[in-house]
Amino acid sequence: MNPIITVSVKSATRCMGAAWLVLLLGLTGAFEARAADVIGLVKTSKGSVSIERGGQKINAASGAKLYQSDQVLTGEDGAVGMTFVDNSRLSLGANSTLALEKFRFNTTTHEGEFVSAVKRGTLAAVSGKIARQTPEAMQVRTPSAILGVRGTKFVVEVPE
Amino acid sequence: MKTFNPLSAFALALLLSACAGKDLFVVLPHEDGSVGSVVVRQNGRDIVLDKANSAIKAGDGKSFTIASKDVDQRFGTALTGLPPAARSYVLYFKEGTVILEPDSGPVMEAMRKDVTSRTAGEIMVIGHTDKVGKVADNDELAFTRALSVGDVLVASGIARDTVMIAGRGEREPLVPTDDEVEEPRNRRVEISVR
Repeated sequence: MNPIITVSVKSATRCMGAAWLVLLLGLTGAFEARAADVIGLVKTSKGSVSIERGGQKINAASGAKLYQSDQVLTGEDGAVGMTFVDNSRLSLGANSTLALEKFRFNTTTHEGEFVSAVKRGTLAAVSGKIARQTPEAMQVRTPSAILGVRGTKFVVEVPE
Repeated sequence: MKTFNPLSAFALALLLSACAGKDLFVVLPHEDGSVGSVVVRQNGRDIVLDKANSAIKAGDGKSFTIASKDVDQRFGTALTGLPPAARSYVLYFKEGTVILEPDSGPVMEAMRKDVTSRTAGEIMVIGHTDKVGKVADNDELAFTRALSVGDVLVASGIARDTVMIAGRGEREPLVPTDDEVEEPRNRRVEISVR
């Protein structure tokens, strides 16, 4: 949706400026719509990889969008790599399940929260802007522990 | 069929108990060799891992160092799947305008090559200001600058749905200064490609 604005035109130069403003505000709407809900993208997808969302299972090819509350699953031959809007990077090995439980990120202040849970399998991760701004605002949970991230690369394994 | 061997049954049981149900956490060095840290919290206890290959198994009270070949064996597939790190390109404007400096052409070209070389490549355009003026005004200015660059990118053929716009205002100066100090190098737009 584009915002409606009225501009009183006083001169030709100002008119040019107003035209730009209209164009820019129009674009703002289009750019922002995406930032509001998509939290990341699938970048690499090998073998069987799927996303469980609202009780439905979707095939997750590279380019697939990720949302809060999604669950990402890999099969026996599967592997998946993802990037998130705070530039954090996560990937899963075979036979793995990761729940993207909570994600919020303010692109101006970098405040946010990223909570995911490894249900089974292997996870590799490099933290991003959320953990850099607020140590331990990025958390990875497993059935037995909670990992708070203070800006680093790490791996987690949850055996079957 | 083999006859039952109590010794091998015992060895199998040992092996199974060693493998069963123990979550493993490992901190790894970044590509540049630097190491951050994680805190592993279980049963109300915190254990900090802050050295390369520092590891802990759930339920254990002590960390240990895991061999790199064990990391590769267990996590090779996941590690191979990690997408490449984001990379930033910085553009400057002619003083007080949204017109890019003439030497920004090669930077734009390098950025474009980078984004097209990545699978499902994306761009985050981030505006930055110096510390002159109010924080809120600088947020708006930073966003407006980022927006104008986003517009240029889309006009030059980059798909709009791969571009995100952000304004960091005066929070992330390239050159640290006191408040209200003019610093042209801080008035910039960063294009982060991931």
